[in-house]
Amino acid sequence: MRNLGWLRLPFLLTFVFLYVPLVVVVVMSFNSGKQPFSWGGFSTRWYGVLAADTAVRQGLLNTLIVAVGATILATILGTLLAIGLARFTRSALLEAYSLTPAIIPDLALAIGLLVMFSAIGMTLGLHSVLLAHVVFGMAFVAAVVTARLGQNDPSLEEASGDLGANAATTFFKITVPTLLPAIVAGALLVFTLSLDEFVIAFFTDGPATPTLPIVIYSMVRFGVTPEINALAALLLLVSFTVVIAAQRITRLTDAV
Amino acid sequence: MASTVAQGRGADKRRALGARTAFLGPGLLYVTAFMTIPILLVVSYAFLTRGRFGGVEFPVTLENFVRALDPIYLRVLWNSIFIASATTLLALLIGYPTAYAITRLPVRWRTVALVLVVLPFWTNFLIRTYAWIVLLNSQGPVNKTLESLGLIDAPLELLYTRGAVIAGLLYAYLPLMILPVYASIERLDRSLLEAATNLGASKFWSFITVTLPLTLPGTMIGAIFVFVPSLGNFIVPELLGGGKTVMVGNLIRDQFLKARDWPFGAVLALVMVLFLAGLFAVQAIVARRINGRGARA
Repeated sequence: MRNLGWLRLPFLLTFVFLYVPLVVVVVMSFNSGKQPFSWGGFSTRWYGVLAADTAVRQGLLNTLIVAVGATILATILGTLLAIGLARFTRSALLEAYSLTPAIIPDLALAIGLLVMFSAIGMTLGLHSVLLAHVVFGMAFVAAVVTARLGQNDPSLEEASGDLGANAATTFFKITVPTLLPAIVAGALLVFTLSLDEFVIAFFTDGPATPTLPIVIYSMVRFGVTPEINALAALLLLVSFTVVIAAQRITRLTDAV
Repeated sequence: MASTVAQGRGADKRRALGARTAFLGPGLLYVTAFMTIPILLVVSYAFLTRGRFGGVEFPVTLENFVRALDPIYLRVLWNSIFIASATTLLALLIGYPTAYAITRLPVRWRTVALVLVVLPFWTNFLIRTYAWIVLLNSQGPVNKTLESLGLIDAPLELLYTRGAVIAGLLYAYLPLMILPVYASIERLDRSLLEAATNLGASKFWSFITVTLPLTLPGTMIGAIFVFVPSLGNFIVPELLGGGKTVMVGNLIRDQFLKARDWPFGAVLALVMVLFLAGLFAVQAIVARRINGRGARA
């Protein structure tokens, strides 16, 4: 800090800017008053209100169903794709094509999927959100695993083959274990992205099964309540825990 | 002998082709079915007529494109570009020096600072936007603080303004500026800076003539990462702009979910995506030039 000179100013400004809004929301979640903005004393009553809110609970369940399903599918497809790209083709075009779903504007993907689902006459619901989340999730897994494949030592697989292992044994005993940290990191990434994803879910979900972000959206739109502060504080806690855990995992695997 | 070798090769080839299909097939098929075909459908809808009950009908027409040139829509597009540009500029002004400061921290504090930069980014987008409703409300902490300091007599109208929209977008996407800029400053070859200093350049001049041009590709990536999601965003203008600030994302959303005019919505989306693709192309060209120069030097 001391040797930063005048750079200290923008540095501190950034962190104040990033954290003050979050701190305010967390503090306000312990506010006893009905006013979501002004302080009326310490209380945890809004956490009680939140726990009794069935819409929020159902939204959370819907979100978890989508996130778990999308993570499993995206991890399998993305890992296969990354290995295939590294092993069987050096085509930069194919690689770019596979990674496009991760960088394309979410709104474009959302309307495209809405148009396609309605063109084939599919009813919208959690299944359509799940299918939609797999497409960008897969691209993120492929990106993470591809980065790891670049660092892998190919001689391990050659040695396995020389010692008489067939292709399948080599794949499951050598390739998958060495890639495991990257696969886990990719899966965690998809899971978090899917939990928070709003735009694509908003376009591809049916009205009967809103995911949690859609529930939050309607809560925020139709009035600000202290209950949202409590929900926000809990979600902050969850995502902070996941990010710090992921950080720990990657640091451990880097050390190995 | 020769023929068995050839047969063996044939079998190897077939096996390789099988493995290739098994690994690449499912993923590429999925991307095609759930991204490429949907996008092509949207493109084709732009040339069709709005159906009487939603959806689309023939005949093929260019009318939707003509309609997009209406001054009302051009103003929305211009407004969106203005807001996204202002957000990107502010992100650059705060993000570049912050990234620079992080590269000068001791190594272990660097990781801590980077984690702190991305943490808010990993929290729910709606919650982060909601935090600004709480913050900027007429009864909120910003107004209360200013009042108690005696700086204002009556609460300021902070929420539901263009400024609030820009603040919300900046808050949402600032980490996307800091990370690529940090990476490009980190990668910078320090010996070039030493050379500049040895040749008599001041710190300021070596920054202007060495650091800035060599980190330009990373900075442009950061700018695109901020600009792209800002331009298409419809949540922040709706929640923090209070419906007064309409951006192209709101317009597209409304055409698809409210007005049910899919062809016109498709045209607007197409215009937005082509504009963004143009930005990517410019970035790629600049990056190639600068990298080429670096290689020669």
